Amino acid sequence: MSNAPDSSSYYIPHDSPWPIRGSVALFCIMIGAVAYLNEWTGLWSFAPGAVLLAYLLFGWFSTVIGESQRGTFNNQVDHSFRMGMMWFIFSEVMFFAAFFGALFYARMLSVPWLGGQGVKVFTNFVLWPGFEALWPTNGPGHVGGRADSTFGIIPAIGIPALNTMILLTSGLTVTLAHHALRAGQRGKLTLFLGLTFLLGFTFVGFQAHEYGEAYRQLGLRLSTGIYGSTFFMLTGFHGLHVTIGAIMLLVIWLRVLRGHFTPEKHFAFEAVAWYWHFVDVVWLGLFIFVYWL
Amino acid sequence: MTIRAKLASLASAFAAASITLPAHAHEDGGSGWSQLNMTQGVTDISRKIYDLHMLIFWVCVIIAVIVFGVMIYSIISFRKSRGAIPDITLVHNTKVEAVWTTVPVIILIAMAVPAAKTLVEIEDTTKTELTIKVTGFQWGWQYDYLDDGVAFYSHLDRKSNKARELLSGIDPNSVEHYLLNVDHPLVVPVDTKVRLLVTGADVIHSWWVPDFGVKKDAIPGFVNEAWFRVDADKAGLYRGQCAELCGRDHGFMPIVVDARSKADFAAWLKNTAAQQKQTAQAADTTASLSAPASAH
Amino acid sequence: MADELAHAAAHDDDHDHKPHGWRRWVYATNHKDIGTMYLIFACTMFFIGGGAAMLIRLELFQPGLQFFDPQFFNSLTTMHALIMIFGAIMPAWTGLANWMIPMQVGAPDMALPRLNNFSFWILPFAFTLLLSSFFVPGGAPAGGWTMYPPLVLQTGSSFPMLIFAVHLMGASSILGAINVVVTIMNMRAPGMTLLRMPMFVWTWLITAYLLIAVMPVLAGAVTMLLTDHFFGTTFFTAAGGGDPVMFQHIFWFFGHPEVYILILPAFGIVSEIIPTFSRKPLFGYEAMVYAVASIAFLSFIVWAHHMFTVGMPLAAQLFFMLSTMLIAVPTGVKVFNWTATMWKGSLSFEPPMLFALAFLFLFSIGGFSGLMLAMVPADYQYQDTYFVVAHFHYVLVPGSIFGIMAGVYYWLPKWTGNMYDLKLATWHFWLSAIFVNVLFFPQHFLGLAGMPRRIPDYAVQFTDWNMVSSIGGFAFGLSQLLFPYIIWKCARGGVRVGNKAWEGAHGLEWELPSPAPYHSWTTAPSDAVIARGAAH
Ligand code: HEA
Ligand code: HEA
Ligand code: CUA
Ligand SMILES: [Cu+2]
Repeated sequence: MSNAPDSSSYYIPHDSPWPIRGSVALFCIMIGAVAYLNEWTGLWSFAPGAVLLAYLLFGWFSTVIGESQRGTFNNQVDHSFRMGMMWFIFSEVMFFAAFFGALFYARMLSVPWLGGQGVKVFTNFVLWPGFEALWPTNGPGHVGGRADSTFGIIPAIGIPALNTMILLTSGLTVTLAHHALRAGQRGKLTLFLGLTFLLGFTFVGFQAHEYGEAYRQLGLRLSTGIYGSTFFMLTGFHGLHVTIGAIMLLVIWLRVLRGHFTPEKHFAFEAVAWYWHFVDVVWLGLFIFVYWL
Repeated sequence: MTIRAKLASLASAFAAASITLPAHAHEDGGSGWSQLNMTQGVTDISRKIYDLHMLIFWVCVIIAVIVFGVMIYSIISFRKSRGAIPDITLVHNTKVEAVWTTVPVIILIAMAVPAAKTLVEIEDTTKTELTIKVTGFQWGWQYDYLDDGVAFYSHLDRKSNKARELLSGIDPNSVEHYLLNVDHPLVVPVDTKVRLLVTGADVIHSWWVPDFGVKKDAIPGFVNEAWFRVDADKAGLYRGQCAELCGRDHGFMPIVVDARSKADFAAWLKNTAAQQKQTAQAADTTASLSAPASAH
Repeated sequence: MADELAHAAAHDDDHDHKPHGWRRWVYATNHKDIGTMYLIFACTMFFIGGGAAMLIRLELFQPGLQFFDPQFFNSLTTMHALIMIFGAIMPAWTGLANWMIPMQVGAPDMALPRLNNFSFWILPFAFTLLLSSFFVPGGAPAGGWTMYPPLVLQTGSSFPMLIFAVHLMGASSILGAINVVVTIMNMRAPGMTLLRMPMFVWTWLITAYLLIAVMPVLAGAVTMLLTDHFFGTTFFTAAGGGDPVMFQHIFWFFGHPEVYILILPAFGIVSEIIPTFSRKPLFGYEAMVYAVASIAFLSFIVWAHHMFTVGMPLAAQLFFMLSTMLIAVPTGVKVFNWTATMWKGSLSFEPPMLFALAFLFLFSIGGFSGLMLAMVPADYQYQDTYFVVAHFHYVLVPGSIFGIMAGVYYWLPKWTGNMYDLKLATWHFWLSAIFVNVLFFPQHFLGLAGMPRRIPDYAVQFTDWNMVSSIGGFAFGLSQLLFPYIIWKCARGGVRVGNKAWEGAHGLEWELPSPAPYHSWTTAPSDAVIARGAAH
C-alpha cells in the first residue's frame, strides 16, 4: 500500500541509454527473422540484433546491479520491482493460457466435432467420413507423422515423470536456498542455489533428448497435426522459459559468489525464485494435460 | 440546442424509415435515400428478426429520449451563465441508484426472452425437406443438391464483372443489379424447409441473404447448418452477398436465390439433373478417348 | 502552501540535471517527457490512420472502382484499424497516463522510469515494421485487423512483419501497463487511499489489468498464426484436427477486453471533466468505481458476441447474448451518474466540457447499437455490415477519440502553463461533433439496407448514403487539422494560467504549478491537500 515516508528519495534514474538500445536490438532481430522467414536471406541476419541484445541485457542489468549494490534503492523502489515482476509473471501465465486454451479447444471441441459429435454431425458425414474422434490425433487429414502418417507419443511415465521430479526438487532447493539466504548461511545458499540451476539444466537436457527421440523415431513433430502442434508449442515455450530461468539462476548464483544480497534485501533473488516457481507450476499443468490425461 | 435538433431529425428519419418501408422490399430496394431499414424479408424467421430489431430499436429510442432528455434539460437549466448555484450536497442517493441498476436489468431480461425464443426456432434444423450443400470459394459459390445429383457453380455475372474492373469506364448505374447478379442462381422451391450445409473450400466466407434472415459462415473443414422456408406466395429473386472478408474479390461474390413454385422447381430439378447427367457422360467419353492419346 | 511548493519545485527544476538536446528524448526517463513523446506519436499515427480512412472514403464515394485495386483497398482497411487502435488510441492513453497519474497520486514520477522509456521506444520500431509492409511483395496485410485464418495466411511477404509488429506492440503495452499498475499501487502519497483516487487513475488501473491479462493472449494467437504459416502446425486447419474458428475465440478473448481498454480511460476523463464544469462533485463515486470493475470483469465473458454466425452451439449463443446485454447495466450506471452530476450543477461549456458532453450523447448511441448487435437473431442480419461499422465508430471516434481530445483540452494548460485558443477549440469541437455524425450516422442505414463491410465497391442503391458519409468524412478529417495547430500554438505561448486552470477543478494535479515541475511531487503532498483534491 501507500508507504511513502521516503517518497522524496525515490530513485529516478536519469537519461538511460539502455531502453533505446533494447528497442533497436529487438527491431534488428525481427527484421532478421522477417528476412529469414521470407527467404530473402539466411539466419545470419539475426546476428547483429542478437549481439546487441546480449550486450543490452548485460549492460542494463550491470547498471541496475551496480545501483543496487551502492544502495541506491530504498524499500519503496524495491517494492516497485517486486510488483513489476509479479505482474510480468502474470502476463506470462496468460501467454501460456492461450496455448492451453488451444489444447482444450482441440480436445473438447474441434476434434469431437470433426468426429461427428455435438452440433456438427454433418461435418463428419459430408467432409470427413470415417474419422473417429480420438486423442491423440493428427486430424482427419492425417497430417504429418511417419511415412504412413502414424505417430507415437511420449508416455507420461518415463522421462516426463522424471522431469517432473527434477523440477519439483529444484523448486524445493530454491526455497531452501532462500531460507539459507535469510538466515545468513552463505555456504548453504551457494550449495542449494547451485543445485537448483543444475537441476534446471538437467531438465532441459532430458527435454532435448526427448525431442530428438520424438523427431527421429516417433514421427512426432511440430507438424504432426494438432497433437504435434499443441505438444511442441506448449512444451517448447515451457522449455524456453526453463532455459531462461536456469540462466537467470546461474547469474544469481554468480552474484552470490561475489557476495551480493543481504538477508533483508535481495529482490533479484526473489524475482528469479518466483519465476522458477512459475515455470514449475506451468510444468505441472503440462504434465497433467499434455502427457498424462 | 443543436444536438437536440440533430437528434430529433435523425430520430424522425429513422422512424420514418420504419414506417414508410414497403412491406417486402425484395427485388431491388428502390433508390438509396429510401433504404433506411432492415428488410422484413420473405420468411417467417426474417419477419421475426425484423420485429426483434424494431423492438430493441424502439426500446433504445425510448431510453435515449429519457436519458438525453434529462441531459439536455440539465444543460439548459443548470447553466452558470444563468446564475445556477451548484448543489454540492448532491453526491449520492442509494435509492435512485438502486432503481437505475435494476430497471435496466429488467428491460434487458424482457428483451432477451423473445430473442432467445426466436433463436431456438432458428436453431431447429429438424424436418427439412431438401438439402443443399453450399460451398464458398475464392470467389463464388458452389451449390450441390445432395439427393438429386445436381451441382453447379455460381459467379458474379459477366456485365458486373466487366464494369467493376478498376477504371473500366462503364457506369455501374447502367448495369442491371450491379454486383448483385450471378450467372447461375440457386434455385429453391417456396414453402419448403430447405436445409443448407454451408462450408468453405479455401478461406472463410459467409452465405447471407437478408430476405431470408440467414447468415452462416462457411468454414473450411467444417459444415454449418442453416435453413429457410420462403413464403408460399413469395416466389421471386432474392439477392445477397458474401459477408465475411475472403480476400481480393470478397465484394464480388454475390448470392442470388431463385425461389419458384414447387411445381416449377421440380421441373427445373428434373431438367437440370438430366442435362448434367448428359454432359457428365459426354465428358466421360471424351476423357476416356483422350486419355490414351495423351499417354503417348 | 501551493506557492511554497511551486517555489520548491521550480528551484528543484533548475538544479535538477535535466538533460538537454536529443538525449532528453531518446534517453528519457521523465514521465512528462515520455508522456509527450507518446502523445506526439499517437497524434502522428492518428493522422496516418486517418489518411488511410480518407482513402477508404474516397474509393467508397461512388460505386465502381476509381482508385484502388481491391486488394489494396483491403490493405487500407486493415492498416487503418491497426494504426488507429494500436498506434493512435492506446499510445494516447499511455501518454495521458504518463503525464497525469504521477501528478494525480502525488508521486514524483512513474515507478519504473527506464521501463517507461523502453515501452515507448518499442512503438516507433513496431510501426516502422508495420508501415513498411506496404512496400514488400504482396503488399500490406489485407485480411482485416482481426487477422482471421485461413485468409491471413495468404498474406505475402508482409505476413511475418504483421506478426512481429503485433508482438512488439503487445510487449510495449504490457510493459506500459505494468508500470501504471506499480505506480498506482506503490507510489501514492500517504493519505491517497484507493477510494480517494481520481476516476482517471481508477479507470487506468483497471485498464492496465486488462492489458496485462489480454495482450499476452493476442501474442499467443498470432504466434500460432506464425507457426501455422511457416512451421506446419495445424492449430487452425481442420485436416490436422484444428479449427479456423479457434483463432476467433482466442482473438476475441483478447479483442473484447481490448475495446474496453480503448474506452475505460475515456470514462475516467469524462468523470473528471463533468464535475469540474458542473462545479459539483461526481455523483456516486463509489458506484462509478464498481461499475468500471464490473465492466472489466464482464468483458472477459462476452467475447463470442463477435462470432454469432460461425455456427456455435445454441447454449453458447444464449450465454454470450445474455452476458453481453448485462454490460449495459454498469455502463448505464455510469451514464446515469454523469447525468446526475450535471443535475443541479452550475454548468459552463469550455472545450473540454463540450467534448465530454458530445461523448455522453454519442457514446450512448454507440452503446445502444451495441445492444442491438447483442441480440443474436438480429445480429444475424447486422453482422459484417456497415451497421457494425457504424456501431464501433460511434464508440471509438466520438467515444475514445473525443475522450482523448477532452483530456488534452482539459490538461493542456497544466502542461504548458498557457491557456489555448478557446475560440478555435470551440470551433474544432462543433466541426467535429457535427461532421462525425454526418460521417457515421448514415452507415447505420447502409448496414440495415444490406451493405457488407470490407468491400471496395457496392451496389448502386447504396450510393447516396455513401456519398454523405464520405463528405462527412472529409470534413471531419479536415477539421482535425485544427487540433495539432491549437496545441502547437498553446505550447508556443499564450495567456498564463494559475495552478488551477479551471474554476471548478479538483485534484492533486491542480495543486501543482502550471506548467507542472519536471518531477511532479518531489515532496509528497500533505494530507490536507489530498483531502481537498479528493472532493471528487
Ligand atoms: C470502444 C469500443 C467499444 C465499446 C465500448 C463497445 C461496446 C459494446 N459493444 Fe461493441 N464493438 C467494438 C467496439 C466497442 N464496443 C468494435 C471495434 C467492434 C467490431 C470489431 C470488428 O468486427 O472489427 C464491436 C462489435 C460489437 C459486436 C459484434 C457485432 C458483429 O460483428 O456482428 C457486438 C455484439 O454484441 C457488440 C456489442 C457491444 C455492446 C453490447 C457494448 C456495450 O458495452 C455498450 C453499453 C452501453 C450502452 C447500452 C449505452 C449506455 C447505457 C444506458 C444509457 C443505460 C440503459 C440502457 C439500456 C438498458 C438499454 N459490439
Ligand atoms: C480505433 C479507432 C478508429 C478510428 C479513430 C477510426 C476513424 C475513422 N474510420 Fe475507421 N475503423 C476502425 C477503427 C477506427 N476508425 C476499425 C477497427 C475498423 C475495422 C477494420 C476492419 O474491418 O478490419 C475500421 C473501418 C473503417 C471503415 C470500413 C472499411 C471497410 O469495411 O472496408 C471505414 C469506412 O468508412 C472507416 C472510416 C473511418 C473514418 C472516416 C474515420 C475518421 O474518424 C478518421 C478521421 C481522421 C483523419 C481524417 C485524420 C486527420 C486529417 C488529415 C489526415 C488531414 C487530411 C484530410 C483530408 C485530406 C480530408 N473505418
Ligand atoms: Cu467470400 Cu467474402
Ligand atoms: Cu465485443
